[in-house]
Amino acid sequence: MDEPKFLLVLGGGSDIGRACALRFAQAGWRVTLAGRDLAPLKREAEDIATRTGVAITTSFIDILDTPSFAAFETGLGGLPDAIVCVVGLLGDARRAETDPAHASLVMRSNFEGPALLLGQFAEGFAERGEGVIVGVSSVAGDRGRASNYVYGAAKAGLTAFLSGLRNRFGKTKIRVVTVKPGFVRTKMTAGMKLPPPLTAEPQEVAEAIYRASAVKPRDVIYVKPVWRLIMTIIGSIPEPIFKRLKL
Amino acid sequence: MELTGWGRFPRFETRLYEPSSPEAAARLQPLLSGFAPRGNGRAYGDAAIGVTASILSRGLGRFRHFDPAERRLTVESGVLLSEIIDAFLPRGFFPPVVPGTQFVSVGGMIASDIHGKNHHGAGGFGDHVDAFELALPGGEIRICSPGQNADLFKATIGGMGLTGTILSASFKLIPVESALIAQETIVAQNLDEAIAALSAHEDWPYSAAWIDCLASGAALGRSLIYLGRHAKAADIAAIDPHRRPAGKKRPLGVPIDLPGFTLNRLSVAAFNELYFRKGASAAGKPFLNGIGSFFFPLDGVLNWNRIYGRRGFLQHQCVIGTDAAAGAIAEILGRFAKRGNASFLAVLKKLGPAGRGYLSFPKPGFTLALDLAMDRGVFEFLDEIDDIVVAAGGRIYLAKDARQSRATFEAGYPELDRFREIRREIGAERAVASRLSDRLGI
Repeated sequence: MDEPKFLLVLGGGSDIGRACALRFAQAGWRVTLAGRDLAPLKREAEDIATRTGVAITTSFIDILDTPSFAAFETGLGGLPDAIVCVVGLLGDARRAETDPAHASLVMRSNFEGPALLLGQFAEGFAERGEGVIVGVSSVAGDRGRASNYVYGAAKAGLTAFLSGLRNRFGKTKIRVVTVKPGFVRTKMTAGMKLPPPLTAEPQEVAEAIYRASAVKPRDVIYVKPVWRLIMTIIGSIPEPIFKRLKL
Repeated sequence: MELTGWGRFPRFETRLYEPSSPEAAARLQPLLSGFAPRGNGRAYGDAAIGVTASILSRGLGRFRHFDPAERRLTVESGVLLSEIIDAFLPRGFFPPVVPGTQFVSVGGMIASDIHGKNHHGAGGFGDHVDAFELALPGGEIRICSPGQNADLFKATIGGMGLTGTILSASFKLIPVESALIAQETIVAQNLDEAIAALSAHEDWPYSAAWIDCLASGAALGRSLIYLGRHAKAADIAAIDPHRRPAGKKRPLGVPIDLPGFTLNRLSVAAFNELYFRKGASAAGKPFLNGIGSFFFPLDGVLNWNRIYGRRGFLQHQCVIGTDAAAGAIAEILGRFAKRGNASFLAVLKKLGPAGRGYLSFPKPGFTLALDLAMDRGVFEFLDEIDDIVVAAGGRIYLAKDARQSRATFEAGYPELDRFREIRREIGAERAVASRLSDRLGI
């Protein structure tokens, strides 16, 4: 039998990260869950390992501690075949408007950290000539809106970064997938009122990511296709009108 | 919010809590008074509705460990049986005992000490539990096994969640060679034949009788006896690959409540007649069946409880000791046949040795389960049925119950005083309270 493929999940303690790890493990991939809080990460790793019989390990990463990234990669004991990055922080939109430290935390958690880390792995992939990078960005990054523009701006940065990477490796076997899940029922959105037709379960996101990275290659995926339509409409509203809307 | 059991009767307001880990559940308990744990809500009546608060175990949904040499699986209590089957049947393992639905949580299976079609040989689920972690009402976590905290172990198996929240459990899976069941059907023309057939075929690991409870007179207790065993690789090799049944099918659903008139004496009689003839025509011919349609036929219709409409329904399940069983069950079936109350499913099953728990339902004898729609006089009618059960020394299954009287309950469960004593010792008396414990004075 072939050596199993190796998936690295950044943000493995999140609901989407956990669902992705399970989906890939069900397909026989070995998985490393990386995150900041090792105890809950170990709980998820044991869960997935017991369900699938596949080896799941954990690794510590603080996405804000950029100087530690090189050591983190060395500690993995091998370059992953695919990386899914689900790192993110919604933050408090009101607070981010007035508190620069909080705004900076949101920007660094959603853009700087993930972009630098994925960029580092991209160099490894370039050398090997192969690899899949999946970045979970957000529809919030498609157009800045009053309700959460700091978060949206950081996600817009990540979306542009992923788009650039994809363009750079467009003629190689390295693939870059941007995921914009729309609303997802997770710990991050617990307590929010989400419209059911627009809301995906973490398992749906994981299935879409698995398909886009291992079955039928895609560049940009919206998990619920209706989001592509919604964001196209939102994107096409002229700015003089858009700025007066409450979205 | 308003909660009900699977039977959708009764309805009560309760606050819902959903801790995300076993530790969070344990920390939550001392902050609540009058709470009850709730698994996947498949108990029929009021067992999993807390008087003031209900603790959902859904967030306790992680697998922990599997030891292939010992075949021992450890999972958190909110893991569903269906998840265990999905993960382990393809690897050649099956749970030691499964009830009539796979959408039950492991915590619920222990708390109800559930039994299955193999009880006559394998005992209840509680008989296969090696150990579990229990959060006492004050939040302390105790490991319970036959050798450690043995009293708490016996109180919690079949204890309906009334000793605190079960956090995780270890139990052994059984090895199987396939995902299919080799099945045979036998026709019994009346109750005596059915009881004799269930006793004569105890060498089959799985057996149960489906009773046409509208048949009366000489045909009273007319039934189909289903016998099954896990198919071996050789059984499957002998079958044409194109004719092999599917292991698991995507279920149909009942999306809305059906109006109350959908089920009446005529429609049920027609259904039963059809079902009986279909079964009888296949009798005597062994065949291979999927795990799903053998063990969980009603899971094939998601939310089948809605066919009874918004008013809900009652299920009555009793067990009668071996010696008194034939007489008492004949009398109960006679009353049902005379009344003609719609029953979607009536099942007769031989039970083996008594369960480990102080409030475990199973004991040697025969168990009979029937559904009843909520119609006029149904409560009075069931009280009369209970009188027959009590007179025959039987008891009513708490996981199905929504209405038995305290007297019926106390008569059926002789170890109740010991159970109450343990509840006092661990400070659960007021702290842990479900609508069931409130109703029955547990």
